[in-house]
Amino acid sequence: MVKALVLTGFGINCEEETAAAYVMAGAKADIVHFNDVLINGHSIHDYDILHFPGGFSFGDDLSSGKVMANKIRYKKLPNGKTLLDEIKVFISRGKYVMGICNGFQMLVRLGLLPNSNLYFEQQATLAHNDSAKYEDRWVYCKVNQKSKTPFLKDLDVFPVPVRHGEGKLVFGNDTMRQIVKTKGLNCLSYCLADGSPASEYPQNPNGAELDCAGLSDPTGQVFGLMPHPEAFLSLYNHPNWGQLKRQNPSLSDEGIGLKIFRNIVEHVAGLKQEL
Amino acid sequence: MYNTIQRFFKEGIRDSKGESIRHKAQQQLGINTGKVKTAQLFSVNYPLSQEQLQNFAEGCIKDKITDDALVNAYYQPKGFACAVAVAQLPGVTDDEGISAQMALADFFNLELDVNTQHIFSQYVYFFENKLSEEQLKTVTKRILGNPLINHFAFGKADEDNGEIELRYYVPEVKLTIDNKVEYIELENLSDEALIHLSKTKVLALNLEEMQAVRNHYLDPEIREKRLELGLHMNPTDCELEVFAQTWSEHCKHKEFNAIIHYNDKAKGEQKTIRSLFKTYIKGTTDKVAESLKEKGNDWLVKVFSDNAGVVKATKDKLFVWKVETHNSPSALDPYGGAITGILGNNRDPLGTGIGGAKLLFNTNVLCFGPPNYSKALLTGQLHPRQIMDGVVAGIEAGGNKSGVPTVNGAIVFDERFGGKPLVYCGTGGIMPYDFKGKNSWEKPIDSGDHIIMAGGRVGKDGIHGATFSSIEIDEHSPMSAVQIGSPITQKKVYDFMLIAAREGLLKTSTDNGAGGLSSSIGELAQIPGGAVIHLDRVPLKYAGLRPWEIFVSESQERMTLVVEEHNLAPLFELAKLMEVELTDIGIFTESGYLDIRYDDEKVAYIQMHFLHEGVPQKIMLAEWDALNLSEPKLPVQSDYSETLLKLMGSLNICSREHIIRQYDHEVKGKTIVKPLMGPNGKAPQDAGVMRFGFESYEGLAISNGILPRYGDIDAYEMSAGAFDEAIRQIISVGGRLPNIESGDGIFWSVNDNFCVPDSVFDEVGNPDGKQKLAKLVQICDALYDIATYFDIPLTSGKDSMKNDFKADGQKISVPPTILYSMTAKIDDVRKTVTSEFKAAGDLVYQLGETYNELGASEFYAQYGQLGANVPKVRKEAAKALYLQVMEANRQGLIESSHDLSDGGLAVSLAESAFGGALGAEINLGSLPQDLSNEALLFAESHSRFVVTVRPENKAAFETIMGNRAFFLGKTGGNQLNISRNGQQLIQNKVDALQKAWSGGLSF
Repeated sequence: MVKALVLTGFGINCEEETAAAYVMAGAKADIVHFNDVLINGHSIHDYDILHFPGGFSFGDDLSSGKVMANKIRYKKLPNGKTLLDEIKVFISRGKYVMGICNGFQMLVRLGLLPNSNLYFEQQATLAHNDSAKYEDRWVYCKVNQKSKTPFLKDLDVFPVPVRHGEGKLVFGNDTMRQIVKTKGLNCLSYCLADGSPASEYPQNPNGAELDCAGLSDPTGQVFGLMPHPEAFLSLYNHPNWGQLKRQNPSLSDEGIGLKIFRNIVEHVAGLKQEL
Repeated sequence: MYNTIQRFFKEGIRDSKGESIRHKAQQQLGINTGKVKTAQLFSVNYPLSQEQLQNFAEGCIKDKITDDALVNAYYQPKGFACAVAVAQLPGVTDDEGISAQMALADFFNLELDVNTQHIFSQYVYFFENKLSEEQLKTVTKRILGNPLINHFAFGKADEDNGEIELRYYVPEVKLTIDNKVEYIELENLSDEALIHLSKTKVLALNLEEMQAVRNHYLDPEIREKRLELGLHMNPTDCELEVFAQTWSEHCKHKEFNAIIHYNDKAKGEQKTIRSLFKTYIKGTTDKVAESLKEKGNDWLVKVFSDNAGVVKATKDKLFVWKVETHNSPSALDPYGGAITGILGNNRDPLGTGIGGAKLLFNTNVLCFGPPNYSKALLTGQLHPRQIMDGVVAGIEAGGNKSGVPTVNGAIVFDERFGGKPLVYCGTGGIMPYDFKGKNSWEKPIDSGDHIIMAGGRVGKDGIHGATFSSIEIDEHSPMSAVQIGSPITQKKVYDFMLIAAREGLLKTSTDNGAGGLSSSIGELAQIPGGAVIHLDRVPLKYAGLRPWEIFVSESQERMTLVVEEHNLAPLFELAKLMEVELTDIGIFTESGYLDIRYDDEKVAYIQMHFLHEGVPQKIMLAEWDALNLSEPKLPVQSDYSETLLKLMGSLNICSREHIIRQYDHEVKGKTIVKPLMGPNGKAPQDAGVMRFGFESYEGLAISNGILPRYGDIDAYEMSAGAFDEAIRQIISVGGRLPNIESGDGIFWSVNDNFCVPDSVFDEVGNPDGKQKLAKLVQICDALYDIATYFDIPLTSGKDSMKNDFKADGQKISVPPTILYSMTAKIDDVRKTVTSEFKAAGDLVYQLGETYNELGASEFYAQYGQLGANVPKVRKEAAKALYLQVMEANRQGLIESSHDLSDGGLAVSLAESAFGGALGAEINLGSLPQDLSNEALLFAESHSRFVVTVRPENKAAFETIMGNRAFFLGKTGGNQLNISRNGQQLIQNKVDALQKAWSGGLSF
């Protein structure tokens, strides 16, 4: 059975719906406190998927996800290594890592995304929204057809909620933007309902460069995004479910967000079968 | 000497916070600041080398992509004329500093004491334009900080080198240790001296209460006991403070338990009420409980006796529900008041029964002065705009950072809320029926059980909160009453309690709110009959608190846990892992005394019985006479298109979208009907709907009813109307009334929240006190009448009795206000109904009757008129209609439903139209012909809905609704056209209506 490790604690708050998503997708999901891993030696290697959920770790102090990323990078585990060292090993074994919202912010600050050269150096950041406000609103996202990450298989344009104050993806310079584009690491972009580029507020809710909503690393094994697919597990999470259901009474009760979790669980299950 | 690290944006990086400040200064204050640059300064009090500091700054403080950092040097941006540094005052929560300490400990892999503060953070703002000293101060105080919690350091650019010198301030707390216990002489004090003592010590006790305390200490039995123990005959400072806290209006609800002599001059009737609470509030629930029992409905589990009300939600879940107010703190520091309000309210469900309820949602209802208020402010009064922005930011931080979705709410504007705003915070949670075989809702405590304090440390913050909120605010209000919350500290405690409860490690728990340990332990100790507390064990934020201060401090984010001896070790182990500080501070006893010690000294020794039963019952006077009101004569109009646009943009009707979107309303993934729905996310909804979990579609609806304006005409009808409003909102989304069928499991759980001005008559200070009290009685009367008629029980609630702001010889009092916050079971959330039109060609109906009731309407308010014909609740007709709507919904016949409230039919039609991005062609011909156009369009008569129905369901729908449904027309197009007998009354583009609605608060 595919096993997902959903980390929590210190202000993370989307662990419950995230674990529910993995379970609905057919995996076993364990919600584990960060300190169980950092102090008690709970091993990430017992799992196939490592998940960093959304929330407000350490209240977004210093910057969103920063204090937690700092722990992962610097704090020594009982075995003397850092959690980042372990994650590198985890990835090298062909396993999968996903981060949503606060989890995505951690992955970017840790250099796990976009990680274009696989040097694990920070190449981008999540800055305050251009609106200078936290906002909860639904947007459309489009999958970059160049991207090969299994998380986004068979998805094109889909609605999903964003809920953040620091979601503006900034690459800092043209070279980096170009590399990301060339390699198709900007796997998910904010767009209009018809899939055309968002470019403006509020369709691009935060002013992200390249309208970028999500990134993957060059292997496609690490994936993260600002929007919350785990908040769209049911059709009835959609703000317009009333009209959607009226227009199409046979519409599935399942939310499109679940597809991302189904994708990765099925992909991992397939790999396991091959072994 | 402190080391400093300053971080700031690299050249070319957008400073969106700075831009936002510039925009606000221009828009709200008319001050052109030019560009604004923000930076952050950390003052570090750890012995680190320059190199270590540099590495720490590079590795942990600054962002590699966007930031630069300076160590032990100050940032001097080019081309900026002045600046201000905003630091916290000593002892004020500084989460960012504490988090930086955590980062430091991780970075160097050190074991650090992260609970006391060694890193202090502050923000620095640089302004391009040369602002006058007054302008700079105005921008600072209105937008950047609050002198009650912040220290400001101002600076301007040197004429020669352009550098700005700022005297950065570090808010280190420097207090001398002082464990002294004082004895307060009461025995020979005159009445005047007793009153003086109560005032100077902020005890908020009146003469009778001070006399009762004095007489207690003169009681020979008590004297003998004290002699035996070697105690002084006079009370200690701590004892007096415990009496003041326990007997405070905030904690004891003395006015709701007073004897009230009510004289109704209009009817020539007199009555005496022994206790408003027992007669009306508990009386209501007692009667409803009986009625529920008769019909075999057994979902009422726990009412009034715990931190929150408890009902059975599903076959394996209980629902826990509490709504509170946090008005006084929000008047002084809106951000801190609101954040501690929401966090404090979260602790109520969390500390109900054994504790450990999972929080499901928050709601908030806010009453403010108009944000465009232009009158001169009184001393200490904050501008309503500043209060609104601060409160909204506090709710955003408190709710979002706790991971609890804010799913429903309301905002009411009225100048009378300009002194003290009303900030109602509600939280619902879910508990299993049992934790390891023990009933989760019960609170057993035995002698010998340990008292554990969990969470934040104790400081001077919030001392006298309970007593202070029981008196009106004036320019001398104690500033120690102001607190700032720490959502991250509380989140850790919350996560910890969820697990501790489920592992059976907690015997019970309660929260530390108003009155701190004194309140939480004092109340719990009633169960076994006593307690011994060791105040010297209580961990402090900083040294220097007197014992009594430790006991009554309201420092936030703390729970009191009751733990059996054998569970101490595993509980402390779990707490260590989850980084929650626990302290064993005493045990419960059955001695009959509250025994409080510091080291070995007894700082208080109070007889429990007198503490809880000894407060004298208040006697109050109420008097009512009919008001002389009349309906206004308004100019005759033939077209109301402009009127409707104006109404859509008016303060009490317009969109709250920019506020709503700052609250996370869907974390946890269980929100089904959110505050804004429809194809463009613009359709306001009547009630929130949530599912309980992912395994089923069972859930609940949440609504709030509040109508303070109506009370200016008739307080009874205001209360009845607010109750009906909250019911009909739940019926509108597809809810069902309770107790209709035996064993249907349809629970309703209501919190009543009274916020009234000082209603104690005083010839000089409060000459209309009797009238205000009469209104309170009328509110209660209506509550009883309507709630018992519908079999809807109150399960918890709150009263806030002194909502007045006094300064400069003037007083701003809130209108007597009642909020009903309702929750009701929804069997299948997929069957709920939202407000927006669903498809073109659907039939539009008004359900329920319109009357000539424009009194206190938003329509009259447009003309500055009040009127006389306030909407009345006709409960029999209302219930009959709700039963019909329930039947129509059971058959799935209603496509959209929106209740009629502020602005009446025209506004509801407009909202359903732009909400669904669909127009409608409406004819009012089927409505009563004897009513005016104004009444049909804008009257706010209760118990009405606008619904749409598919054409093919017409016959089935009309059969159910009979003569209660009035056919109005069809949906379609992009116009809202309303005519009557061939006369066009309204012709508006749906887009234009939405724009007007969206623009009302966008300044």
